[in-house]
Formats: sequence, C-alpha cells, structure tokens
Amino acid sequence: MSLLQVKNLRVEFPTRRGTLVALDDVSFEIAPGEVLGVVGESGAGKSMTGAAIIGLLEPPGRIASGQVLLEGRRIDNLPYEKMRRIRGREIGAIFQDPLTTLNPLYTIGRQLVETITTHLPVGPGEAREKAIGWLELVGIPAARERIDSYPHEFSGGMRQRVVIALALCAEPKLIVADEPTTALDVSIQAQVIAMLKTLAREKGTAMMLVTHDMGVIAETADRVAVMYAGRISEIGPVRELVRHARHPYSQGLMGSIPPLDRRVERLTQIDGAMPRLSAIPRGCAFNPRCPKVFDRCLVERPELLDAGTTRASCWLYAEGGAA
Amino acid sequence: MKAFFDSDIWWSFRSSPVTVISAIVAAVCVFGAMLASVIAPHNPFDLASLQLMDAFKPPSWEAEGDPVYVLGTDDQGRDMLSAIMYGARVSLMVGFCAVVFSTVVGVTVGLVAGYMGGKVDSLLMRIADIQLTFPSILVALLVDGVVRAAVPREVHDQIALFVVIFAIGVSNWPQFARTVRGSTLVERNKEYVQAARVIGLSPLRIMRSHVLPNVMSPVLVIATLNLSFAILSEATLSFLGVGVPPTQPSLGTLIRIGNDFLFSGEWWIAIFPGIALIVMVLSVNLLGDWLRDALNPKLR
Amino acid sequence: MFSFIVSRILQALPVMFVVSLISFAMFAYVGDPVAIMLGQDFTEAQRAALVRDLGLDEPFFVQFAKFIGNAVQGEFGLSYRLSRPVAELIAERAPATLELALCAAFISLCVGVPMGIYTGLFRHSWLSRFLLTFSLIGVSLPTFLIGILLILVFSVWLGWLPSFGRGDVVRIGWWSSGFLTVSGLKALILPAITLGLLQLTLIMRLVRSEMMEVLRTDYIKFARARGLPNRAIYFGHALKNTLVPVITIAGLQLGSIIAFAIVTETVFQWPGMGLLFIQSVGAADIPVMAAYLMMIAAVFVTINLVVDLLYYAVDPRLRVGRGRGH
Repeated sequence: MSLLQVKNLRVEFPTRRGTLVALDDVSFEIAPGEVLGVVGESGAGKSMTGAAIIGLLEPPGRIASGQVLLEGRRIDNLPYEKMRRIRGREIGAIFQDPLTTLNPLYTIGRQLVETITTHLPVGPGEAREKAIGWLELVGIPAARERIDSYPHEFSGGMRQRVVIALALCAEPKLIVADEPTTALDVSIQAQVIAMLKTLAREKGTAMMLVTHDMGVIAETADRVAVMYAGRISEIGPVRELVRHARHPYSQGLMGSIPPLDRRVERLTQIDGAMPRLSAIPRGCAFNPRCPKVFDRCLVERPELLDAGTTRASCWLYAEGGAA
Repeated sequence: MKAFFDSDIWWSFRSSPVTVISAIVAAVCVFGAMLASVIAPHNPFDLASLQLMDAFKPPSWEAEGDPVYVLGTDDQGRDMLSAIMYGARVSLMVGFCAVVFSTVVGVTVGLVAGYMGGKVDSLLMRIADIQLTFPSILVALLVDGVVRAAVPREVHDQIALFVVIFAIGVSNWPQFARTVRGSTLVERNKEYVQAARVIGLSPLRIMRSHVLPNVMSPVLVIATLNLSFAILSEATLSFLGVGVPPTQPSLGTLIRIGNDFLFSGEWWIAIFPGIALIVMVLSVNLLGDWLRDALNPKLR
Repeated sequence: MFSFIVSRILQALPVMFVVSLISFAMFAYVGDPVAIMLGQDFTEAQRAALVRDLGLDEPFFVQFAKFIGNAVQGEFGLSYRLSRPVAELIAERAPATLELALCAAFISLCVGVPMGIYTGLFRHSWLSRFLLTFSLIGVSLPTFLIGILLILVFSVWLGWLPSFGRGDVVRIGWWSSGFLTVSGLKALILPAITLGLLQLTLIMRLVRSEMMEVLRTDYIKFARARGLPNRAIYFGHALKNTLVPVITIAGLQLGSIIAFAIVTETVFQWPGMGLLFIQSVGAADIPVMAAYLMMIAAVFVTINLVVDLLYYAVDPRLRVGRGRGH
C-alpha cells in the first residue's frame, strides 16, 4: 500500500475578482521510502501541493475537493489538533530558506528538544542526547559543543542541516522538502542533497522533493511529477521521464537542460510564459505554447493518460491520438 | 477619471462602510467649519449681538433650554453651536497649515539626506533622531515658550497663530524625513535613477521627477494621520493656555473655558466642543488608517 | 557586557550635549534675564553689577562650561517667577510626577500587552474587534478630554473620586508619597487612568501588529510544520520575538508619559513638575524651562539605556558579536 495518496486535490483561493484555482485535479502516490520529485516553473503549484499535504495552506487558500490519505487514513479534513500531532511526527517539512526558518531567539538545541519531546515519549535529558545524535547525523561538526548555539552562529548550509535534523528528529515516514537547496551556495547544494538522500534511505523515509533543479531530481528522485498551471502534466519513473518525456511541456523542459555527453547547436526553449491563475485558457492549459497543439486541445482538458512508461495529461496519448 | 473609479483604491473605499461614513463626516466637518461665517446661526464674535442675559443656557432639549441656542450658550451668552463651528475652523486651519509645514520640511530634508548620503545624511538624521527622542507635544511647548519669552507680549498676540502652526509643524517633521529618506535610499539605487544620473540630469531634477513621485504615497498616509495628530496638538496647547490667542478661540480654547464650569453643572460648555473635536479627529484617523491599508506602503 | 554599556553611554553623550546647548542658549539669549530680575526701576550700576554677578560678560564657552558645571551639580539658578532655586522647586515637585507616571506606566503595560497579544492572536473574534474600535477611539481622544470626561462622571456626577490635588501625602525624607494614605490613593486613580489610557492603546496596537507580523514569519510556519502545540508557538516562539521591537517602542512611549503628565497635571491640578513647567511656559520662566528640559533629557537617556540592556537580555544576536562561520 502506498504511504501517501493524493486524490483529485483541488485548492482554491477566493479573491474579490473571483475564485482562483491554484491546484486542480492533482493525483499522485508516494510509496514508503520512495523519493518523488516535483518539478515545474514558479507558480505551477509545486509548493502549494506540499503545503496542502501538511495542512498548512496560507489562508484564504483552502482545499475545495479531493482527498489526502496517509497510510489509507484521510488527513485533509482532520481537526487542527489531530493534524498537529501528524505534522512533525508522521510528515516532516523542510522549507526553502534556512536563514528564516529557525527561531533566532532560541538555541538550536532547545528547538530540537522541544520537537522531540512534543512527539516522542522521552524526557528532556534523553531528548537532548537524541538531538546531539541528529546533529551528528546531519553532519554538524562538534555537535555536543554546538548544540547550545543560536542559529545566527551557523552558516547557511549548516543551518539547513539543522533544519533537516529538525524535520527528521521525530522520525516521520514522509518528508515534504520544499526547494531545500535553492537558497544555498551552489557548492553546498550537492553536499546537502547527498546527505538528505542518504539519511532518507537509511531511515526508510519517503520524500516529496519540490525543486526546479532538474539535476537534483535526476540524481535523487525515483519518480518525477511535472506540474504546469496547477495540474500534473506528466508523472513517471525518473529515468523514463528525463530520457523520453511524452508530454510536449516535459519534452520542452528536458530539452532545456544542456546534455553533458554531446554538443548541441542550441538548446530548445519553450516560447511564451505560463498563464496566470486568473487567465488559464480553455482546454489544455499548455495549448498556447504547445508545438503539437490540435483541435481537441483547445476545447477539452486532458486527464492523465497512459503514455507508455509514464502517464501524461495530453490528448496525443488518447485512444486514436492526434489522428 | 474613469480610471480612478476602476481602480483598487476606489473599490476598497466603496467596500468599507466605515471609511465612507468617516469621509462623509469629515466632509461635513470641513464644510461646516469653512462656511462658519455663512451658515452658523449666530456670530460669536459680534459683541453687539451677545446677550449676557442668555449666558449659561443649557441645550435646547433640557428644561431651561432655549430653542434659539440648540447646544446652549457659554458664560458670555455665546451660542455654543456657532462657537464650535468657528472654533473648528481655527482648529482645522492650524492643523492643516502645521501638516503642510512639516511635510515640506520633512520631505525636503528626507530627500536631501537620502540622495546626498554621507555626512549630510548622518547629520540630518542625527538631528531627527534627537528630536524624535522627545515627545512632539513637549517640543511644541518649548518652541512656544521660547517665542513667548523672546518677543514682547503685544507682538506675541498678533503672531500667536503662526507660532502655534510653527511649533506643531516643527515638532512633527522628523517622521516625514525618516520615511522619505528610507524610500529615497531605495529609489536612488534603482537602475532608472542611476541611468538618469549617467545621462547627466541634475540632482534636483532627478529628485523632483524620479524620486519624489515614488515616495508620495507613504507621505500622503503620514500626512493624513498627522493631520489628526496636529489638530489634537493644537487643542492640547490651547487647552493648556499657550495655543491660539483668546480672540480666536479654537475647540481646545472652548474646552478650556468650559472646564472652569464643569463643577457648577454647566457641562455642555466643555462637552460639546469636546465631542466635535473627537468626531473630527476620529474621522480623519479612520480615513488615514484606510488609506494606509489601501496604498499599503511599508509603514510602521 | 561592560563594553556594551559603555558604548551606549557614549552614544547618549551627544544627545545630552545638544540638549544642554539648547537649554543654555535659551537661558542666555532668550528674553533679558537681567531686566526680568531687576524689575522696573534700576540704575545702570545695579545692572552692570548683576551682569557681572551672573557672569553674563564672560565669553560664550566659559558661560556654557559654567552652566554645564552647575547643571551637573543640580544648580539651575533662580526661577524668574517664584524667585526660588529651580533645583529646589523641581525636587519638591518630582515625587508627585514620578508616582503618577509610575502608576500610569503600570496600567498601560499590564493591560495593554495582554490586550495586544489577544487581539493579535484572535484577530476575528468579536472581543478583538471591540478592543480595536476602543483603541481607535483611544488614540483619537486627547488626554485632557479623557481627564475632563472622567472628572465629569466620577467626580461631578457620581462624586466618588476627587478631581484635583494629591490628597494627603506622607513625607519620607525629602520624598512625599501619596501611596500611603487612602485619600492619596483615591486622588491617584483618575489622573493615572487619564495618563495611562493613551499609552495603553498605543502599546496594545503595537503589540498586536508585531504579533501579527511575527506569526507570518517562516520560523513560526516551521514551528507549526514541526507539530508544536499552539501554546508553545504563541507564548514561546511568537511572544518572545514580539518582545524585541516592543521593548524599544514601549520604552520610548513610557518616557513620553512624563511629558504627557504636563497635560494630565494641568487637568487635575496635580502638583507635579508638569504643572510647574506649564506655568513657567506661560510666564516665560526660562531657568525652569531649561532645567526641566535637561531633566527630561536625562530621563529619556536613562530609559534608552535600560531599553538597550533589556534588548541585550532578550536577543542573543547582540550578545555574541559575529557568527562563527561554518
């Protein structure tokens, strides 16, 4: 059984100019221990999906329909207090900017200990030992001495390691990592991602890794979901999707990565820009930019369809296809 | 004009009943005060029309009230309603002029400090900081006291109105200066200003046509909120007896006069001008609060 | 720690210097002290003698240095109006103002901070809306009008509380206290509420907006994502971060209580320094004004120092100079 199931999730933002649909009909699953990469342009709904799963959508955003299930239990409609016990304990979260996610007025030790004692039946002394253990695991040198330091005494990369320790310290089954390395120096990004990947593998933790860095995805993820304008446009095993993307958008996205093994005259690029949420076109949202657009794309919105090894929401893969 | 009615500002104005009401109230206050000499039922300064017989009349709905004097009369038989309208005129005028004064000084200082930077900047901001350490009412009192000591009494009575405007204006400029300086620093480093400098526009011209328009919306918000503050300051100074001259009583002066009769039961002489003052200040405050939210500049 | 205090004191010196300069300039150049002190009839010889006595014929900097020297010893000359040493006048009036200010500060902090926290956390509850409306009226009401309304209701109509003066005071050394008698305490109630109300609303609005700001930060979102209970998030993480800016501004506002005491003391005929000051402004009594200005400046500088020390206690980023890097 899959660990996390997201079924037909729809997130809406009521505004005074009408309701914006930020996520529409998003469905995917994550198996225990699996790493699902989620990619797409800014505003495609990647981070929103993560926020909806941990139940921390920014008001006035709300889940309008659909379900989120953790080990078969619905968690999207839980009362605040019950959901709180799941956050941290069963689903951990890592945010983008380590400079702002740690409380500047508390030592990192205190923040770790309070998280551990909130979720696990241990006393303060034991929690502190565990905290030191986690700091060592995420690669903080001299953890025992540095546990009583304040966040500002660490560099950005070290702080993100602390954030990862905080997300993992109650041993959740799933981590939602929202662009965990985007705010870091390029030289440190690889180290942090490698550490995160190793730890997740050791602890058997599943991960939803939101990023726009295809390199990170290719190296870390088992499967990939490509998002566009609040929908999943293609989902499938990472190898297949990187090499043989089926959806024209994914093809464009993969075509914009410079291959290392051969020379190319020019990289492909996708013309135009992703539509704003308030102006999503009729039919397939990608139709104004799609090189393979045809009649049906302009009137009907495609579901996720089997496209060989991946599933793509594109009419090219409907029965009969473009013919 | 059409663009204005389509805009977000107009929308947020219309969708907030409190704001619409305070705008109407403020407009009534302003017109009542401006047209006092035309629409007020009596002229409180026309000594010939004052009847000492009519002194201390309670409001018309009380048993001994006189329907001629809706809100009653004061110790000299002046009609309270008319006195309030004339008083509001003085209060509004002083408040408005004081805000204009501090806006002009504050914006100029802020622009210069932000644009020039360096020593000029630190000197000007140091002055503003030192002044900000002291509550503005104290600064206004000091300015007033110093002028009072420096000029002979006869001259002082003539210029008292300007002294009050000056005192309140001086006490409030640092707030404008700080905000404008902050915005100027941001604007100055933007590329279009750099570009304007590169093509050799004079600093004065850059400040006026590039930087100034961009700092106007926070200035407008502060000015609105400051108007209510200036009106309150004037009322306080006049209440303390160091504000406008007794020949031109403002709402504060009226309250000061009424305060003496509080214990003998003539409560209306102090309370009605007080209510007028509160209504005026509250409506301006509400408008200012709304404006701040609508323009949403980074204000603290 | 020590160097921190020293650097703050060094920063305060220019403020005190500028204020002394202004005080001295007022003292030396505004009005003609000699004419005021001699009255109507005097001979040129008397005038010259007084000028020499006062040291007014000496160069500016010598006079200024003497002024500062005297000021440090609490010596500000004679009041033009009352012909008594200014220092004596101020010492006589200080206890009344300080006791009043202390009560007002206590009221505004003890009521304003909890109200601010509540309205920041539960923004949409009806109580919050009520408190916010109340606070808006609070900032629109001038202090003197609050005083007048309170007098009208509680003294004139209900007759419960006195409307002027301090009641009976007990002398403890040179200090006179109204805290120890029933009439003294009763007399304190209305002025303290009047003086505290404006600060209360300001502090409430400040705490509220800071609280709301902090609740929007990433570290609060992350604390939620870690599944911490609301109690820990609100009263641990959020409140402590709210305190940092609140301490500064609340400190400055409490300082302004002393200045606003001028108005309250006038309304309630409270025999404090504010009443003395306003009477001096009316009579152009420059020595008293100069001394009052210097004293207020000293109070503000002290408050600033205390605020900085509190800051230092709350925010670890100030304690450890720089981050240690990787």
